[in-house]
Amino acid sequence: MCDQTFLVNVFGSCDKCFKQRALRPVFKKSQQLNYCSICAEIMATDGLHENETLASLKSEAESLKGKLEEERAKLHDVELHQVAERVEALGQFVMKTRRTLKGHGNKVLCMDWCKDKRRIVSSSQDGKVIVWDSFTTNKEHAVTMPCTWVMACAYAPSGCAIACGGLDNKCSVYPLTFDKNENMAAKKKSVAMHTNYLSACSFTNSDMQILTASGDGTCALWDVESGQLLQSFHGHGADVLCLDLAPSETGNTFVSGGCDKKAMVWDMRSGQCVQAFETHESDINSVRYYPSGDAFASGSDDATCRLYDLRADREVAIYSKESIIFGASSVDFSLSGRLLFAGYNDYTINVWDVLKGSRVSILFGHENRVSTLRVSPDGTAFCSGSWDHTLRVRKTSFHFAV
Amino acid sequence: MAMAAGSTSLGGRPRVQRPHLSKMERVVVNMQDPDHGVKMRSQRLLITVIPHAVAGTDIVEWLVQKFCISEEEALHLGTLLAQHGYIYPLREPRGLALLPDETPYRFQTPYFWTSTLWPASELDYAIYLAKKNIQKQGALADYEKEQYTLLHKKINHSWDLVVMQAREQLRAAKQRRKGDRMVILCQEQTYWLVNRPPPGVSNVLEQGPERGSCTSRRVQMIQSSDFYKREIECFRKALGRNRVKSSICLEAVVAPTKLRVERWGFSFRELLDDPMGRAHFMDFLQKEFSAENLSFWEACEELRFGGQSQVPILVDTVYQQFLAPGAAHWVNIDSRTMERTLEGLHQPHRYVLDAAQLHIYMLMKKDSYPRFLKSDMYKGLLAEAVIPLETKRRAFQFLWKPLHSSPSPALQLASGEPIAASSPADDQEA
Repeated sequence: MCDQTFLVNVFGSCDKCFKQRALRPVFKKSQQLNYCSICAEIMATDGLHENETLASLKSEAESLKGKLEEERAKLHDVELHQVAERVEALGQFVMKTRRTLKGHGNKVLCMDWCKDKRRIVSSSQDGKVIVWDSFTTNKEHAVTMPCTWVMACAYAPSGCAIACGGLDNKCSVYPLTFDKNENMAAKKKSVAMHTNYLSACSFTNSDMQILTASGDGTCALWDVESGQLLQSFHGHGADVLCLDLAPSETGNTFVSGGCDKKAMVWDMRSGQCVQAFETHESDINSVRYYPSGDAFASGSDDATCRLYDLRADREVAIYSKESIIFGASSVDFSLSGRLLFAGYNDYTINVWDVLKGSRVSILFGHENRVSTLRVSPDGTAFCSGSWDHTLRVRKTSFHFAV
Repeated sequence: MAMAAGSTSLGGRPRVQRPHLSKMERVVVNMQDPDHGVKMRSQRLLITVIPHAVAGTDIVEWLVQKFCISEEEALHLGTLLAQHGYIYPLREPRGLALLPDETPYRFQTPYFWTSTLWPASELDYAIYLAKKNIQKQGALADYEKEQYTLLHKKINHSWDLVVMQAREQLRAAKQRRKGDRMVILCQEQTYWLVNRPPPGVSNVLEQGPERGSCTSRRVQMIQSSDFYKREIECFRKALGRNRVKSSICLEAVVAPTKLRVERWGFSFRELLDDPMGRAHFMDFLQKEFSAENLSFWEACEELRFGGQSQVPILVDTVYQQFLAPGAAHWVNIDSRTMERTLEGLHQPHRYVLDAAQLHIYMLMKKDSYPRFLKSDMYKGLLAEAVIPLETKRRAFQFLWKPLHSSPSPALQLASGEPIAASSPADDQEA
């Protein structure tokens, strides 16, 4: 069982000059080759025309970036909280912990709800992946991965399989079986292969395709059956930490966030980046679409959560407070999108009024950082997982959809 | 088109590690501000007096005031500051917790701040434990004893150095005043409680798997020309995008529910009572150039329900803006009511405008309100209104106790039957 993996460093024959050197992975037309450092250097300056230098290209890119910010600012004629003045304030409400799921012997890193609104899959640092019934708190399935730090897990839409991965650089799919004679681990299928840790995974609308995000700076779409890479997404300048698929009605896009402080929206069919936003001051740990699909929220190590509107093509709200110092690790919207639940590294969960920009509530209870948070598919509850080895399911006490 | 793997971001700035540490430091520095910081006093410990001590309860109070948060949240934040070693209890710390009472605390010296991220090596720890051992005649905590024994085995070859250093440091410390010695002892102890937490205490320095390793300093990264060309292409495309004005996009985010918009049609009272409805009605009146009616009505409401001391001022303002001849927002009241109102203004009280207000209210109700309901604006609001999901399911979800376990979707698939969505009966909770 490996405790930590490193970026794959290979020593061998360079694909270009064929000399025996230390090699680095390099991408040419989405194909991965292994070049020695000299050939990689040469390749970097390949394609420069006369009068061009890397410095001149860099400054051109920077000036275009500045122009883009200007253009975006021109159409920003009103702030969200101004428009929201005419919306009535939310009353006080209580969110009590109804269930505490204990059973992981180590830090809980990720969780996901099943579409049946009651089952939960969660993964932890010691390699355990557990499927729970959140009503009865029974563990229905458990499997131990051959690696530690399982940072991503997801439930299949049919409820019949789960996907997970982490420091093994892979995403594996386990069909769920109740057959006592069958070992779940035996039916494991390795689907995705990255060159660094797996940070997030999600099934698309069916059990047949999986979208993954990795510490190698790329996202990828895979066919579950064959393990074939269907599309890869390059553009992040550093580790990709999170992703979220757009709600099905709004088309084939997804958003990803990374250590380069960028949130990028991708077209799944073409592999192109459609929009990019760079306003956070630190790593983006979590992204989630607004229920209508026209906007998305992000949570970052800079202790803020932000809302980006896709049609306005800019950031439209920042959710922050001076007393909140630790990074937000995980965000999710309530059913209507009026509330944003955010789990933080200071062990708390802050609930934000999305429209007015104010904090509605702060929830204590966890004894270590909150690493993952998801609202249930019907919006009646949300579950938070923490480094204190537990998961807590909380319900809101009022009865209308918020 | 090719790209060197793992290029750094465009700005080329290195990642800031653990941004929360510098933020905590800013808070702690503010706490020590002589004018606006926490109340400091001298603390007597046996026969020594230690300056610049603060009480736990004062720390909590300061946080409550500074950030406008509850005591619970302030205590939580203060506890985190203590757990990260930025404040320590003056009476020899065994653990780093913040007690909201008269327990004295001090601020850690920047030399030992967590953000320095020193490696806190085994050698350093061994020297520290050796010092403690010598001083206290072997009164180390159990876990410290274990660590000491382990280190003794591990770095046995350097043990002479360890003991010599320990003795040297103790000798140098004896040159200092007793108060300084006690403080330095506490500071060091706090540093090691953070860097070598006792069993059962979580390590606040743990961060999880290393990030940014593909762009780390270990591996030399080159920005290729293709990477920049791609960025330039991306920005050019982005500049060409159609963008929608914020005022239009955000209206959709704030859209009211269908039921709510329908209620505005039930009665004029319903429309006025809902601030959102009233705001839309105001927009409509502005188009008809009769917005002053609603503004007048709102001003009258303010008078009726406002403070007693405000009455004379408000009455005067209303007169100037709405009733005086040639007023900027003159309202059209019938002559008899106007006469009576103007007379009453000589002795203003909160109900002096009632008659006029009622007149305008009836005017809007009979005239503008029906036109509003027939307007394109109102029809547009109805069309854009949202029907929230799941409103019908709510009735069954009061209770949280399951009557029986619901079969896992995986089971039903195995038996070859179609997967049924769980019915309301299954979802009952107590």
